[in-house]
Amino acid sequence: MNENSKKTPPRTVPIQSSTFSNPINAEIRRAAATGIYDIRGGGAKRKVPHFDDLLFLGASVSRYPLEGYREKCETNVTLGTRFAKKPIELEIPITIAGMSFGALSGPAKEALGRGATLAGTSTTTGDGGMTEEERGHSKKLVYQYLPSRYGMNPDDLRRCDAIEVVVGQGAKPGGGGMLLGQKISDRVAEMRNLPPGIDQRSACRHPDWTGPDDLEIKILELREITNWEKPIYVKVGGARPYFDTTLAVKAGADVVVVDGMQGGTAATQDVFIEHVGQPTLACIRPAVRALQDLGMHREVQLIISGGIRTGADVAKALALGADAVSIGTAAMIALGDNDPRWESEYNALGTTAGAYDDWHEGNDPAGITTQSPELMARLDPVEGGRRLRNYLKVMTLEAQTIARACGKNHVHNLEPEDLCALTIEAAAMAGVPLSGTDWIPGTGGF
Amino acid sequence: MQIFDLEAEGLRTLNQTLQGQKDSTNQTSWEIVNPRGSHAIAVGLDAPIDVTVKGSTGYYCGGMNKQATITVKGSVGPGVAENMMSGKIVIEGDASQYAGATGRGGLLVIKGNASSRCGISMKGINIVVHGNIGHMSAFMAQSGNLVVLGDAGDALGDSLYEARLFVRGKVKSLGADCIEKEMRPEHIALLQDLLDQAGADAKPEEFTRYGSARELYHFNIDNAAAY
Repeated sequence: MNENSKKTPPRTVPIQSSTFSNPINAEIRRAAATGIYDIRGGGAKRKVPHFDDLLFLGASVSRYPLEGYREKCETNVTLGTRFAKKPIELEIPITIAGMSFGALSGPAKEALGRGATLAGTSTTTGDGGMTEEERGHSKKLVYQYLPSRYGMNPDDLRRCDAIEVVVGQGAKPGGGGMLLGQKISDRVAEMRNLPPGIDQRSACRHPDWTGPDDLEIKILELREITNWEKPIYVKVGGARPYFDTTLAVKAGADVVVVDGMQGGTAATQDVFIEHVGQPTLACIRPAVRALQDLGMHREVQLIISGGIRTGADVAKALALGADAVSIGTAAMIALGDNDPRWESEYNALGTTAGAYDDWHEGNDPAGITTQSPELMARLDPVEGGRRLRNYLKVMTLEAQTIARACGKNHVHNLEPEDLCALTIEAAAMAGVPLSGTDWIPGTGGF
Repeated sequence: MQIFDLEAEGLRTLNQTLQGQKDSTNQTSWEIVNPRGSHAIAVGLDAPIDVTVKGSTGYYCGGMNKQATITVKGSVGPGVAENMMSGKIVIEGDASQYAGATGRGGLLVIKGNASSRCGISMKGINIVVHGNIGHMSAFMAQSGNLVVLGDAGDALGDSLYEARLFVRGKVKSLGADCIEKEMRPEHIALLQDLLDQAGADAKPEEFTRYGSARELYHFNIDNAAAY
């Protein structure tokens, strides 16, 4: 025993509380200082069971694969085959999700249109009406029909390629939109018919219908206005996917879009993003089961969104029964959002590349979620479109690679039987066996 | 006069026929018989034609109308003239919920009463109601004018933006951020014009104007109770 140990008795190591962690304590201090809840963009950041928790089994003695560079694996998808006279034909099963002009700059919307068109897929308007940038550069454009009805008009309804009735979104099922005043430029204000510079609240419920019976009549009206040509999607947040899908189909939807809690938003309360809604992985099988129970699987198409990042994610969503997926956050990252090249500017905003989520403030160093002419000039829409096209192509190639390995000549032929799960939670949510077992939690009783 | 029997020929044929009329059409006068409460009658029109519906309608009559003048000789279900862009729609009876919702232009005249949420989220439309309106009318109304010759229900103009509300009778209660405002000469002139267009027998001086206090335009924690 040396002299020092005599003077300093043994002490417990300081232990940080798991309950009152540093981030939680920081949020308490921030709330105490400001008196306002935290608002941010993006989707849930918490770790939830996701596609990473699933694996494909691949080929074996009883399953033979397709030759990678010789045998075709198709990726096309047709959306809106149920009632629409003019269904949408896409070359790939990956679409671009709705993001508003206002939340995003005009050049960013143009870049999304360019990239989607080059890749043979569709893009989608958002809570701010249809801009010429996106209509002009999107061969296939889905026009969102939202509670706010900002910019809604029959001419744009007729020049879109599909209509998406938005009931909810994964980041905030049950919540409306918010666009803070600093992003309300004169152009944004004019399109939304509101004074420039004010905080804009978008309603959470549609102004002229409530419930599935009304929705059926609303869909009838939209079809009558557009000569029954346009596929009509119904988008719901990942809340009650079985019942929401069932009711959307009964209301007459051609396509159901289910958006899980990792799906992004331009701005809402952090507490909403992190604590309302279900993980994307948990939403797919109930939605597929609803379609199967109605005899509508593949007749009404299912699009899944919320945290799709790679071709593996695409393949897994399709294997679980989706017809297509939709990406928003990933498309923004492909354009340059959160790129480390802007690290010093992220630091100046009190954040770091990869964590930047104050999209509502309009100071985006990457020039995407802004209306500042100086910042938005940083995004070249032609180059942005090329990058998005590349990314979409890579995801498609990845999904094809997996499908071929599973012996499928179309990505839609992937099936739950091709999958296993790494965790009990993922196995239960996806309805596939836990790896190394034939156990699917939640089936077969106790 | 073109007579269209909705029961015999069906909704799709009706809307296709009316939507097919061009600006230069010489078939400018239409009468729809046997509407029998059908939904989505005469929606998406875009020509300067007159359409008279002989009877009552269901949801969304005249939805997204442009240019056309539509007269309903009966009452209408929810969402009449929703998102109207221009033209004129006259209801001789009563209107259910959401009359004129999100309308962006034109004139909606309701000669009877209108139910709740009349003028919800209106964006430039003018609405004149000869009778009373229900609760939560002009909720989040952005622009345009709502004129009520009778009384208004609870929470009139809640979360109002820049729409102007004129009520001749009593207002049961005002919604968040909606306040009484001064009637200036320009408002008297505006109101007189709307009353004339709507064939309403009333004097502008009998009305009270309501509008936004604009205190919710920027989120402030001190106003949290109002949200």
